[in-house]
Amino acid sequence: MVARTNKTGKSSMTASALADPVREASEPSSLLARFGSERALSMDCGVALDQWQIAYQTYGALNAARSNAVLVCHALTGDQHVANRNPVTGKPGWWEVLIGAGKPIDTDRFFVICSNVVGGCLGSTGPASVNPLTGKAYGLDFPLLTIRDMVRAQAHLVDHLGIDSLFAVIGGSMGGMQVLQWASSYPERVFAAMPLATGARHSAQNIAFHEVGRQAVMADPDWRGGRYLDENTRPAKGLSVARMGAHITYLSEAALHRKFGRNLQDRDARTFSFDADFQVESYLRHQGSSFVERFDANSYLYLTRAMDYFDLAADHGGSLAKAFAGSKTRFCVASFTSDWLFPTPDSRAIVHALNASGASVSFVELESDKGHDAFLLDEPQLFATLRGFIGSAARARGLDADGSGVRP
Amino acid sequence: MSDVRIDLSLIADMVEKGSRVLDVGCGDGELLALLAARRNVDARGIELSREGVAGCVARGLSVIQGDADTDLGDYPDDAFDYVILSQTIQATRAPRLVLENMLRIGRRAIVSFPNFGHWSIRAQIAFRGQMPVTGQLPDSWYDTPNIHFCTIRDFVHLCDEIGAVTERAVALNAAGGGIGVKAPWWFWNLFGQQAVFLLKRSA
Repeated sequence: MVARTNKTGKSSMTASALADPVREASEPSSLLARFGSERALSMDCGVALDQWQIAYQTYGALNAARSNAVLVCHALTGDQHVANRNPVTGKPGWWEVLIGAGKPIDTDRFFVICSNVVGGCLGSTGPASVNPLTGKAYGLDFPLLTIRDMVRAQAHLVDHLGIDSLFAVIGGSMGGMQVLQWASSYPERVFAAMPLATGARHSAQNIAFHEVGRQAVMADPDWRGGRYLDENTRPAKGLSVARMGAHITYLSEAALHRKFGRNLQDRDARTFSFDADFQVESYLRHQGSSFVERFDANSYLYLTRAMDYFDLAADHGGSLAKAFAGSKTRFCVASFTSDWLFPTPDSRAIVHALNASGASVSFVELESDKGHDAFLLDEPQLFATLRGFIGSAARARGLDADGSGVRP
Repeated sequence: MSDVRIDLSLIADMVEKGSRVLDVGCGDGELLALLAARRNVDARGIELSREGVAGCVARGLSVIQGDADTDLGDYPDDAFDYVILSQTIQATRAPRLVLENMLRIGRRAIVSFPNFGHWSIRAQIAFRGQMPVTGQLPDSWYDTPNIHFCTIRDFVHLCDEIGAVTERAVALNAAGGGIGVKAPWWFWNLFGQQAVFLLKRSA
């Protein structure tokens, strides 16, 4: 394969124009791989998708030995635009602090791939995509999917790109679940794995939060039993409330207090009304309303469900260690002190299982008061750890400083 | 390699080439890096401090943030050829349990520790009536991480109690030289500033 460089969106798109998210769901402003019945996607629920697609972006160049590919797995509401301007929001890529020239995941050295998960809404097949049988959006006719289905789809993409073995797979939160699934399903294809701020299963509390979000979406009359795209409505209120609730779980009490305290929003006194008196209310309302501009409500239902269903130990007779038996992959696990969504014990459970299976694992709990979202932010301790881990893994892989490798 | 600490070098000599090693309390990874370079071992570590772990990972070592007292129980039996506790046993809360766990998860255990029976320490207590502060043990009693000091003789007793067999034992004097193997225990206990033990389970 020829070395490819990234296309950051379509050239016809001007810097200020924002793409329509409904259109992006089928015709994304990114690279696209389409698969037919010869590469049907077999899903855990028993359904096989025989016409499906995966939207992705790449950065940097694949070396001749095809040994320098890094797969980035995005979190619940992320997308493939990890290190370029997002066509829908106009904002920078969601992990540009980590990925780019000279950054810990150095695009001068590695060939970085990031795809929209199956079930997502930015170009990979999901509930917002057009069902080829009906010509209308799938909506709730889309089969329920799992983290393993997302990873199966990514494996098809990696095959399509002509890559046997990935140098590394990295992701946080739901992305970290995919990393663990990759390492368990395809151990021989993953040289190094970096599951961050994640867990090998979704906790009861996390399922509970997700259920509140889903009920908020489905309680919105504009959800229309999931057929809102056909009826040209949007469950904006419901999805916004879901996002507001979820957003609180991504932060921490300390972070909220530092950011907002009890400060009032554009006023000197309480209004004795249900207006957004407090800054924190105003902030959450903004988070909710900007989210509905870019995200499909049904996709939110499906992806939260996939996270809820994730339990890697249950897939291996209740033993998480068996999920990694005989693994030659080197792991780097990290958690954050103030993350109460995926607290450190979740990461330790992964580390204990990896130790029990004899796998090579490094683990560090990083000090941060920024909560779960810390993995997305500029955290020097995280970057120092990842730099060290990636550097030593690259040496073990036989990758030179420029990413060329004599052998895979 | 001439600048390698003598006790670390001694430990490295006890480890067979190509073996699987867990260093408990591995600090910045100096010993693990030495073992990887000199003995080609599969080197793993546990370290309490964040900075230590980050430094180890940056060196390419597989190290997890953890605690000898709480995390050794999670390792399966016979997971390693050697489990090493270098200058750390005196800082653990339950040294006996730590040592038992080491002998469970490793076929061999290597323990090095400062000897509280050294004559200079005895002299500080006997003549000055104060807890000793030495070059090797620089902290005052109120801020030292070392909560379970022992002498070489104490350590030998503990080994007997838990059924650990000493395969090799070396005492180092203040200059870092080994004390002759023919010397009696009381001599070691008086003139050894630190000791290194290679242990295995009794059959």
